[in-house]
Amino acid sequence: MAEKTIQIEIKRQSGPDASSTWEKFEIPWKPGMNVISAMMEIAANPVNASGQETTPIAYDSNCLEEICGSCAMVINGKARMACSALVDKLEQPIRVQPLTKFPVVRDLAVDRSVLFENLKAVQAWVPVDGTYDLGSGPRVFPQQQEVAYPLSNCISCCCCMEVCPQFNDATGFVGAATIAQVKLFNSHPSGKVLKEERLRALAGDGGVQECGFAQNCVQACPKQLPLTEAISDITRDVTLQVAKDFLRA
Amino acid sequence: MAAPKIIVVGGGLAGLAAVIKIAEAGGNVDLFSIVPVKRSHSVCAQGGINAAKDLKGEGDTTWKHFDDTIYGGDFLANQTPVKAMCEAAPAIIDLLDRMGVPFNRTPEGLLDFRRFGGTLYQRTAFAGATTGQQLLYALDEQVRRHESEGKVKKYEGWEFLSAVLDSNGVARGICAMNLRTMEVTTFAADAIIIATGGIGAIFGKSTNSVVCTGSAQAALYQQGAYYANGEFIQVHPTAIPGEDKLRLMSESARGEGGRVWVPRTVGDKRAAKAIPETERWYFLEEWYPKYGNLVPRDVATRAIHKVVYEHGLGIDGQPMVYLDLTHIDRATLNRKLEGILEIYQKFVGDDPREVPMKIFPGMHYTMGGLWVDFNQMTNIPGVFAAGEAEYQYHGANRLGANSLMSCIYGGFQTGPNAIAYAKALKAAPGDGGHAQELARQNDLNKQLVSSSGKENPFRIWRELGETMTKNVTVIRHNKNIQQADEKIVELMERYRNINLSDKSQWANTSFAFTRQLYNMLQISRVVAQGARLRDESRGAHYKPEFPDRNDEKFLKTTKASFAPDANEPRFEFEAVDTQHIPPRPRRYDAAS
Repeated sequence: MAEKTIQIEIKRQSGPDASSTWEKFEIPWKPGMNVISAMMEIAANPVNASGQETTPIAYDSNCLEEICGSCAMVINGKARMACSALVDKLEQPIRVQPLTKFPVVRDLAVDRSVLFENLKAVQAWVPVDGTYDLGSGPRVFPQQQEVAYPLSNCISCCCCMEVCPQFNDATGFVGAATIAQVKLFNSHPSGKVLKEERLRALAGDGGVQECGFAQNCVQACPKQLPLTEAISDITRDVTLQVAKDFLRA
Repeated sequence: MAAPKIIVVGGGLAGLAAVIKIAEAGGNVDLFSIVPVKRSHSVCAQGGINAAKDLKGEGDTTWKHFDDTIYGGDFLANQTPVKAMCEAAPAIIDLLDRMGVPFNRTPEGLLDFRRFGGTLYQRTAFAGATTGQQLLYALDEQVRRHESEGKVKKYEGWEFLSAVLDSNGVARGICAMNLRTMEVTTFAADAIIIATGGIGAIFGKSTNSVVCTGSAQAALYQQGAYYANGEFIQVHPTAIPGEDKLRLMSESARGEGGRVWVPRTVGDKRAAKAIPETERWYFLEEWYPKYGNLVPRDVATRAIHKVVYEHGLGIDGQPMVYLDLTHIDRATLNRKLEGILEIYQKFVGDDPREVPMKIFPGMHYTMGGLWVDFNQMTNIPGVFAAGEAEYQYHGANRLGANSLMSCIYGGFQTGPNAIAYAKALKAAPGDGGHAQELARQNDLNKQLVSSSGKENPFRIWRELGETMTKNVTVIRHNKNIQQADEKIVELMERYRNINLSDKSQWANTSFAFTRQLYNMLQISRVVAQGARLRDESRGAHYKPEFPDRNDEKFLKTTKASFAPDANEPRFEFEAVDTQHIPPRPRRYDAAS
């Protein structure tokens, strides 16, 4: 009996300015396989379905347990993490392509540095006085921790931005991930010292007003962040801040 | 004089901790990382971070933390730095709390703590079961703040290839490769800090991330740095076997009451829930009544091996045992362990709140690493090391939740030490060795691209992983270790006939991997031969032929140095600092 195989098609592009082509592969099936292990198999035997020698696939990955946020790609039309995309649960041929809203580096690897720039713009940190010993931190009740913790689980994979119809060059929208981090730091007992500055950074073009409430983000998020709730809370806070600033002026 | 220039390689907890201290002290720091630092392997740490804050009224002290750590490490760690770490730990937890880490809380709003392996105290602070992720993010945010103020420059997507050494053998910078343009460049620095994590990749599949190849440490070892205690490799008792990697199932599952068991009858085909209590064997609780499921990892791992391979009691005849949480209510599980339960559910398909998990030991942590002095400096002047990449805090076995502390503490020590060293540094002779090192690395790359053999690097790597896992992990026999070493020599021969199927000069990940592979082979020999030489059993290193600890001969740090002409390691042994706690037998089964 022939060995059981899987069919996988990968959209390839040799560099940022190169044109893309789909390449088909047929590789041996193994129990518990995910999209990453399929690509590891291709690297160990770089031959495509037509029997031609090819090159290993370029892709981002690191932890392989859906916590580092590296391996986001579009698999069978859905933005998701490749490590948790189990082959047995996917329709074949499995079609894998890079995220579409970010510049392609090569094959499935994309440049998502825009998110890290956005986090700088909203000062997504607690501005501690220093790292020397200043005694214990503020008291935080379990109820507050239970609000903060899910927001702090964002892995910066950018799936929420990929699926958002408003995340594009025309709007310059920051996307849900950044807004959720604003909520996180604005609710921290000492992080809130920068609250007004963060809200002002989200007012105007590219800020919270760009959200069109498609709610795709919350469905795509692999860590189930309460993104739409964060957006509506921060939209309210931004509106209040704008009004306050207007009255002060 | 201008502010000293420091290069930090690696953006996990240790690297980021060092960067923060340097930036705070007014130093000028460049941070190099293969991946965006927020995606570093520290995110994978789950269960928590140890500090004897004694918020549970148990009478815990930093001395007890120190004693547990030394005893858990089977007395191989130098005691003075470990003592200092345990004393600094409570204030570090406070600092992390101030930075906004969402630690779990008590009803009064204080930090909650849980129990971990190798201690009888609730000493582990935690943020759900994703503590490493939360700590890494806190430090990442502080570094981003310094970056936005112009104090830190990040080089993400760069791979460290080697140190630049001047004609006196003093570090003057690094040589690194841009992983997009594949261009090799040298960068000047007054001191460099290596914080590049563990070496899991030499075992093929492990709980480590893809970047944990040990390539940087191995490169420095080949440039003259000592590599210490390489043979001490932690195999975590509870991992989820997988096709691409072994996924960690945190010790916190047992810290929160999880129980390890197998059916008492060989070949019992019933579903776990259908097996009555009386027909289950809770072997850890039976063998180790005092510590129960929370014995140190090496002890639990060997027990699981024994039950599976000697008693033949693996589930369904497979190398697996149950880790059972189903007796704990769902709300508690979700509040304290949700992150890891989700991992199991996503990758295995069963809900561990309903069905006992199936787990097996997997390679997890590198106790050994670059040899450093008490100031965290290697024997190469100007090259410092911190975190899992160095050897100094865990001896022969690391206790759970001590790694996050050792990374942050080590980074905090190393940053200021590197600045102090750099301030006293004299000017480099000539160009500091930059031109020569650049030429050497470019030559290596040219050789690799022009190599036209038949060997696929990924297949050589698989064979390396299988050999190392089979012969140099839980149970070690000299004959098998010897064979593993011979196999590595064969793989190094075959490496000379490597064929890069991708010779392009843009974002060539297999090219970068092939360079790492050579270093993996070199460091694998250090691990294997170190294990071969240590004829005793201590911590994670277990030889049935030599089942006892032998302090007279082996209460010593193994130090490997590279012999360039022979292209293999040489070994020497160094006395261990035991000035605070006299070594005593390590007996977790005993009542006392």
